[in-house]
Amino acid sequence: MDSVLFYFFSALAIASAVLMVTRRNIVHSAVFLITALLATAGIFLQLQAEFLFVVQIILYVGGIMVLFVFVIMLVNLDLSLHLMQFNRMKFVSTILAAVLAGQLFTAFWITRNSLNLGPRGEAMAQPHNTESIAQALFQNYMLPFEIASILLLVAMIGAVVMAKRKV
Amino acid sequence: MNFIPASLRDYVLPVLYGIVIVALLPLLAGYIVLLERKVMADMQARLGPMRVGPHGLLQPIADALKLLIKEDIIPQKADRFLFWCAPVLSVTMALLAYAAIPFGPVFQIADLNVGLLFILAISSLGIYGIVLGGWASNSHYSLLGALRSAAQLVSYETAAGLAVVSGLMLAGSLSMKDIVQAQSDQGVWFAFVVPVGFFIYLVASIAETNRAPFDLPEAESELVAGYMTEYSGFRWALYFLGEYANMVVVASIATTLFLGGWLRPFARYQDHLFGTSIELLDLLPTLLFLGAGVYCFWLAPRQPVQIQKIVMALVGGLCVALALGMTGALFAPDTVRTGIHGAFWFLAKVFVYIYAFLWIRFTFPRYRFDQLMRLGWRFLIPLALVNVIVVGATIVLQQNWDWRHPMLTAIVTTAIMLCVAAFLARDRAPEVEPLEVGEGD
Repeated sequence: MDSVLFYFFSALAIASAVLMVTRRNIVHSAVFLITALLATAGIFLQLQAEFLFVVQIILYVGGIMVLFVFVIMLVNLDLSLHLMQFNRMKFVSTILAAVLAGQLFTAFWITRNSLNLGPRGEAMAQPHNTESIAQALFQNYMLPFEIASILLLVAMIGAVVMAKRKV
Repeated sequence: MNFIPASLRDYVLPVLYGIVIVALLPLLAGYIVLLERKVMADMQARLGPMRVGPHGLLQPIADALKLLIKEDIIPQKADRFLFWCAPVLSVTMALLAYAAIPFGPVFQIADLNVGLLFILAISSLGIYGIVLGGWASNSHYSLLGALRSAAQLVSYETAAGLAVVSGLMLAGSLSMKDIVQAQSDQGVWFAFVVPVGFFIYLVASIAETNRAPFDLPEAESELVAGYMTEYSGFRWALYFLGEYANMVVVASIATTLFLGGWLRPFARYQDHLFGTSIELLDLLPTLLFLGAGVYCFWLAPRQPVQIQKIVMALVGGLCVALALGMTGALFAPDTVRTGIHGAFWFLAKVFVYIYAFLWIRFTFPRYRFDQLMRLGWRFLIPLALVNVIVVGATIVLQQNWDWRHPMLTAIVTTAIMLCVAAFLARDRAPEVEPLEVGEGD
């Protein structure tokens, strides 16, 4: 049952990610991105990380993607429909794709013996992963967490200042 | 239950509850619409719907039938797939949220340990129904409605989330069941401990369900019907169902978190009437239904048409049957008794909350969009932030100094919060120059 769910959500995520890149209509792309994010949330749930599942939905799907769609709607769609979606540098891109594939293959080949994930860890059996995440963020890794928050705050204030010149 | 295989036994009851909710919710939504029209009529000194059934009691059914057989129109240049998807999305997300709502200690589909967050997450997905529907209609009114809705929901979700946090800190759990249990243990509804948090949630939840005075996404005088301008027939009905289902969802969150969920008022007060196991207050539902039944019987012969007399008598009979059921439940085993009476009190609180929605709707004029944004970002969100900090501080102080009285917390936090609110309210909106319509393209 677990692996069925996993493959279902993975296939959904990959398929919608591909569709997101290939759709001409930008709103359709956004819808497929939402599907991909939801499928990822499903994988979190299948791993019994229900807090991450919910946070993924609230933040990415319910927050960030709404703003994406909001901005997309303000864009002139007719124009973007006629734009060329892919550029024509096929030669360069083929080489780059081959190099990337080679790198990935080498990486997998070198680590082929460590791919076995082993038995399921103890952490998954814990009933309350909300508490364990809070413990990790606010006790074990307090300083890095705060630094990351301040970084985001700086970026946000910067964006506000740049958008609103006459403060 | 013994005839069910053991492996399926865990699933049978939740599936049954799910079917009951999905079957009853459209009916409930229809009757909330009737309630709304009746309350509106009453506040405007009119009678409201009176023709279909006695006192318009069958109006929702007639409306639903009409919508079912109406022609289904899809605009020619609409994005057909998304146009089809959007209302379905809106209803599905609203219904999905019911999976975690506890209608009583027994009547709950699933007690998730992130229940509250789950409901918030799922109901935040409902925006896509509005936004995509507005975009797919390929109409300016719809698009503007969708844009307004997206901006409004993202803004007020922050305030609502922070207000919820202040209640959560008191409960110490995200599971809906544990939240109610915490209120039972502490002997007080959290609305009395963090009244400011409750107020912020009330305002934000009105904005989140796109209700007046924050109904700008569907403001009739400006945008025809906003995002659902191009919808007709049953798709339109689906949007309506989604909206009213969402109202019940936010009312359920408020009930669970701030109004004690399925707990009876004065849940700790026990008098064991006449030496039995019956409490005086548990007789309240019986009396209520009995009173309604007697009133219906009194009205029945006074109806103008024969069929209306019969329907009225049937309604009276239903009320009496409910009264008998509530009384019978008092003598049933404990799970049945608490289940039925819990569901009654939960629904009663939900309806009081929805009545407050209607009352506010017919009392306040609609906000202008910049005023709405201002209220959200410059008043509610700072207030909610300070509220979280103040409530957190009082909880820590309580734990360290052994202040065990929740009312003290309420008074101290409310006093501080009123000062903060007064400070924030000094911020007046500047004179706004009228926007140039049609600027840009």
